[in-house]
Amino acid sequence: MSQTKLTAQQTATTSSTRRWLTWLPPVLLIVAAVLLIASIPLPYWGLVLEAPQYPEGLEVRVFVNEMTGDDDPQIDEVQEITGLNHYIGMKPLAEAATFERSIAIPGVIAMVIALGIVAFVRRRWVWLLALPAAVFPLVFLGDLAYWLNDYGQNLDPYAPLSSAIHPFTPTIIGEGIIGQFKTVAYVNTGWYLAVAAAVLVIVALLIRRVGGRATAGE
Amino acid sequence: MIPQRLTSKLLLIGAVFVVAVVLAVVIAPRAISSAQGSETNWQTIAEQRGLTEEDLRAAVMTYTPSGALDPYVMFASGGHSGQMFVIGMPSMRLLRTIAVFTPEPWQGYGYGAGEEVLAGGDINGREVRWADTHHPALSETNGDYDGQWVFINDKANGRIAVIDLRDFETKQIVNNPLYLNDHGGTFVTPNTDYIIEGGQYAQPLGTDFAPLTDYEGSYRGMITFWKFDREAGRIDMSQSFAMELPPYWQDLCDAGKLVSDGWVFCNSINTELATGGIEAGNPPFEAGVSRNTTDFLHIINLNAAIEVYKAGNTVEIEGMQVIPLATAVENNLLYFTPEPRSPHGVDIAPGGDFIVVSGKLDPHVTVYSFQKIMDTIAAGGFETDQYGVPILNYESVLEAQVELGLGPLHTQFGPDGYAYTSLFLDSAVARWSLGAEGYRPQDGWSLISKIPVQYNVGHIAAAEGDTVSPDGNFLVSLNKWSVDRFLSTGPLLPQNFQLIDIGQEGDNLQVLYDMPFTGGEPHYAQIISADKLSAWDVYPEVGWNPLTQSVDPNAVTQGTEGVTRDGSNVTVRMTSVRSHFTPEHVEIQAGDHVTWTITNVERARDATHGFAIPFYGISLSIEPGESITFEFDATEPGVFSWYCTEFCSALHLEMMGYLTIQPE
Repeated sequence: MSQTKLTAQQTATTSSTRRWLTWLPPVLLIVAAVLLIASIPLPYWGLVLEAPQYPEGLEVRVFVNEMTGDDDPQIDEVQEITGLNHYIGMKPLAEAATFERSIAIPGVIAMVIALGIVAFVRRRWVWLLALPAAVFPLVFLGDLAYWLNDYGQNLDPYAPLSSAIHPFTPTIIGEGIIGQFKTVAYVNTGWYLAVAAAVLVIVALLIRRVGGRATAGE
Repeated sequence: MIPQRLTSKLLLIGAVFVVAVVLAVVIAPRAISSAQGSETNWQTIAEQRGLTEEDLRAAVMTYTPSGALDPYVMFASGGHSGQMFVIGMPSMRLLRTIAVFTPEPWQGYGYGAGEEVLAGGDINGREVRWADTHHPALSETNGDYDGQWVFINDKANGRIAVIDLRDFETKQIVNNPLYLNDHGGTFVTPNTDYIIEGGQYAQPLGTDFAPLTDYEGSYRGMITFWKFDREAGRIDMSQSFAMELPPYWQDLCDAGKLVSDGWVFCNSINTELATGGIEAGNPPFEAGVSRNTTDFLHIINLNAAIEVYKAGNTVEIEGMQVIPLATAVENNLLYFTPEPRSPHGVDIAPGGDFIVVSGKLDPHVTVYSFQKIMDTIAAGGFETDQYGVPILNYESVLEAQVELGLGPLHTQFGPDGYAYTSLFLDSAVARWSLGAEGYRPQDGWSLISKIPVQYNVGHIAAAEGDTVSPDGNFLVSLNKWSVDRFLSTGPLLPQNFQLIDIGQEGDNLQVLYDMPFTGGEPHYAQIISADKLSAWDVYPEVGWNPLTQSVDPNAVTQGTEGVTRDGSNVTVRMTSVRSHFTPEHVEIQAGDHVTWTITNVERARDATHGFAIPFYGISLSIEPGESITFEFDATEPGVFSWYCTEFCSALHLEMMGYLTIQPE
């Protein structure tokens, strides 16, 4: 009696589990795609430079495809920092990651389309299409680190302040000091959305894998 | 086992106790001494400096720590410096000198730039590059300061200047072709439609000659109503007009407001028509001008005068439309009423309903009722003066007289029905009560209190104290003499701007601060709430021309700099940014005419670059975003190193370049 009852319950649980294992991954993938699109107009990374001469600080915001200053339209921080950088022989900010920035929006759209395909097409290797979205936040930071290092290390040796400021590796996240400037680097909303998207993608793929095994086990 | 555990427990408790005691012994005395230290510290300093409790109160009321901003801003005339001075209150910190009539190199005014504005003040083709600024007038909307413009007159040469409060720079100087002096300016009508400029020392209108023996017949007074075009930010001479007045030495004026809007009041000091001549045995001016017991308060119907002007009932003198005295009388534009001899201030109460006149040789302030003036005019039946101007009966327009002391000059108002009048001879400021309904009927028309000032006070300025809604709080006594107030710097002494707390009722008045003022003799000042001002931090866009307040089509952008030649005309197009000018070499020939544009492409606040060329007299101040074009003739060959005169950056000294001029 009791055993039969238990089995019925187990059967019910298994079939409901099987159901959500089927519909959850596409939902997660679509949410991830939406998060990625939503992240396009949001800053991924930011840097605030603080110095006595700039009591309100100079803030640069890095998006997937562009660099801007803060919301105060009075001063163009990118131009201002570029102007300051020439004292230490650093290249103009506008010249950094031009290729990456030029392909950024098509790239994000491609990842979104890929997630759509993974959501609705069930073939053996199709999950590989979701990998770019899963690793995108890390790729972004890696590329940023590459360029920061490139800019910090390749200073013009004849720059006015070359004897005071030697080549350095800027911090990607956290505080640093360059000359009289205290720098505070941080990841911003856009990057957090991309991370959330990546986590959802990974969870979706794992669920699918578990769901696949469950189906195979029957 | 058990005793051992007990022992270790006791040891532990003992150790904690010992640590606590040690900490208490080490920390407690420090904490106590630091608490005591901060308390005794300032008291000891106050004691050592001999400061009283009153002094400490004054210090607390005025001390403004670094980074804190003042709630009020005073615009003070700079007297014969020809400039205007901007002072934060209550800190009394000098915030800015505004170059107005006189070239000033820090602002690059008159040394390559600003020439066009200064040239507006040329008189009959002659350059006049100094002035005696007297009465600043902030622009008003509905009788209240709006913080957009400020005007000031040049008493010495009869000129008016317009200053834009977006960048605190002079935009226009106009010369009054009728008169070579003006004391009765500037005052604005409640919506700044007109800027009032009254003359002072009578002369033939325009540039005519007439001997002093023909004073009565040929010498005249005048008042000019300059039309201000707010959109253009300029005085529009083609819409301006003047009124001929008897040669009574009109002194100060004020525009009516609220109930008296559309009327203008001026006093006069020489109804005796004295012409001096002490050397010929005549009474000197000081006696001749003060002989009669009364002079005339002028009451002018401006609205009716505008109609007469628009109807074309004017004569043109030196390009200015003038309503002749006879026309003014005929059209009921002008009335007189007696006022105590040699009056100075004529100040309209906040409600526009009372006119306060101070006869500087009479111990009273005399208060006229606007309503009674209107009633008396309506009743008709006047005597006239020798020029046919109707004289209103003194008793029928008088509201009250309040005896204040010796030498009353100028009056300002508080929000609470108090009025303040400077007493020159007493060296004091009187607080008195306007006894009318809506002011301070509980105190009646009475003197409340007097506070000594150091010394010889002229004008006084209370916070927004001549508007329809005075603020009270602070008053500044603009003292002509400082005598012993400051360390001696030789026989020429500064004037003394003395800050007074008027924030409390009754006889609680306190001098808070003395500010030495070395610009020139201060005359009038106006004090505006700082939150009404909204000056630009940097020019709105790169390439800005402050004269047009728009982007200059001639501005230079980065990458398009260079030197071009067309015959002997050389054009230099240059940008400036920390820490270089582009280009850095300008190679020309003697005999060239040079047109040189510099655009400061900076956007950071305070990133101003100067630009100076030696010998050729060029000194510019190019603020962030500003574009300046100057011209000169390269008459002398040689090597001229130009440089940035503002310490703009760590590489400021390197921010230079060479102008080489080859001999012909």
